[in-house]
Amino acid sequence: MSDIHPRRRGGFIEHTLEGLRSAMERAIYAEASASRTGVLQRLDPRVKVAGILALIVSVALAAKLWLIAAVLMLAIVLAAVSAIPIGVLASRAWLGALIFSGVIAVPALFLTPGTPFHGMPITLQGLRTASFLMLRTGTATTLMLVLAYTTPWTHILKALRIFRVPVVFVVILGMTCRYILLMLETAHEMFESRQSRTVNRMTPAESRRLAVSSSGVLLHKTLHMSGEVYLAMQARGFRGEVYLLDDFRMRPLDWFALGAFATVAAVSILLGR
Amino acid sequence: MHIPDGYLSPATCAVAYAASVPFWRIALKRVKKAMNARQVPLLSLFAALSFVIMMFNLPLPGGTTGHATGIGLATVVIGPWAAMLAVSVALIVQALFFGDGGVTAIGANCFNMAIAGSLVAYAVYRLVAGRSALASARRVVAAGIAGYLAINVSALLAAVEFGIQPMLYKDAAGAPLYCPYPLNIAIPAMMIGHLTIAGLAELVVSAGVVAFLQRSDLSLLRTTAGNIRDTGQALPQASKRPLRPLWAGLAILLVLTPLGILAAGSAWGEWMASDYANPAVRREIALASLHHAAPQRAPQGMQKLSSIWTAPFARYAPPYIRGAAFGYLLSAMFGAGLIVVVVLLVGRS
Repeated sequence: MSDIHPRRRGGFIEHTLEGLRSAMERAIYAEASASRTGVLQRLDPRVKVAGILALIVSVALAAKLWLIAAVLMLAIVLAAVSAIPIGVLASRAWLGALIFSGVIAVPALFLTPGTPFHGMPITLQGLRTASFLMLRTGTATTLMLVLAYTTPWTHILKALRIFRVPVVFVVILGMTCRYILLMLETAHEMFESRQSRTVNRMTPAESRRLAVSSSGVLLHKTLHMSGEVYLAMQARGFRGEVYLLDDFRMRPLDWFALGAFATVAAVSILLGR
Repeated sequence: MHIPDGYLSPATCAVAYAASVPFWRIALKRVKKAMNARQVPLLSLFAALSFVIMMFNLPLPGGTTGHATGIGLATVVIGPWAAMLAVSVALIVQALFFGDGGVTAIGANCFNMAIAGSLVAYAVYRLVAGRSALASARRVVAAGIAGYLAINVSALLAAVEFGIQPMLYKDAAGAPLYCPYPLNIAIPAMMIGHLTIAGLAELVVSAGVVAFLQRSDLSLLRTTAGNIRDTGQALPQASKRPLRPLWAGLAILLVLTPLGILAAGSAWGEWMASDYANPAVRREIALASLHHAAPQRAPQGMQKLSSIWTAPFARYAPPYIRGAAFGYLLSAMFGAGLIVVVVLLVGRS
């Protein structure tokens, strides 16, 4: 097999294929990462969900930059002991947060009224508010990534029951997660087959028509699939009532981790005021 | 549009969650009633579809690209309540597993896009489509406008949520703790992008897919079609009976309108220019404004603009009616009647 790849055209199909492929890769990577051996992987999903969300809330409440930075450090340590490479954090959490929040935070340096910062055309208040924005977004994204990469997604959704999320909602979320992968694959196949039959570069109008007709076809497939899934559910005895198998068990390590998360979150909330 | 963590204060997020929960509950109940057990796979698959459509990088006129959310499309095909749930589920999955939108902001994102978006899309679609035939071009236009307005209302809500943050939360040094931009920056910054690029993407997908469905499977447009003109396509449940309780409720509310007179003073911020010169009203204004005294005279702009138009039913008390209660009742009947007439006219056109 040759190492030389044909030069990719940067059209609508290619961009969409890239987006679909990247989403599928992320989902598959998360599944593989959750089954690795690591500290967080060994914990009960309910402890991780409650603990990570408590830390995110403490970050949201914090009015001190050093405290948010400390929680970010903790998130990096948690990732390191859970076999998540720092490169993955950088590319999947920080880069996005940096680009998206950066675009929003940079004008705040100049627009926020306050004391000029060392003779520069920015203000101290602007610098602080931009730092708050970027640190908070980066820390929360890192924490969520750590959770999503150390816990099977279906377990995270099941653990949402501790917040009294209705069972039917949890089941819908779980099924959605499964079918997102299938839909991504279906859409990927549709665009790939179209790409293989496209000789020239498509005009924007043609691309729009393709996007619209692909959405329409996917809609048809969705409804068709929904009917089939419903029939399959009925065949297995589904009568409208949904149940979840609660197979989580708390062990001493889980209780210890829960205590540690609760302590860190409570201290962060107290110190961050 | 997907608000990340850190942009909204925890209090704002809590309010957004609290505002979303009743809608989710009603939606679950209504969908369960309408579709029974079929709801579970249908909602899951529609949420997955919404997720995938959000990934299409749509080329737009002018050389730019944009993403659609599929709110308008989902609302037209499965109705506002089911769409509300499906889009909420897609947003929750994005926030939990793909880092798109914050976990603390799930309530706000769902309220802005899934809840307000689908309700606006439905109202606009029904209003613009009227009783037109399923295959008419008017339904394509209606779906396009519904998607466009839905995403713009969602963006406006997000902008308002952003814009109130610097007014409410600052640290000791005066630096805003969350989104730093006030309303006068947040609203134009959000709306320019949505009125042009994102709104256009939503319009193209909503209108385009409805046009596609008109050619491929017309039955998919029946759910939200209402009482359509073509008798061959009329829905069996279309009758005027279900509206009777609504008419009765409206009549009761009209009769009860004089209760409004019992409320003392005027609503905050709804003062007239002449109120500033009235010592009693000035005391009321100060009391209702955390003891901030009102200016000695009405602001010049208010003074100037207040003389442009004098309403025939000013302060719900027409000058030619002596009884305040009867004036209130008459105003309510006139206002409600006017709205009903406009809606009927638009619906029939």
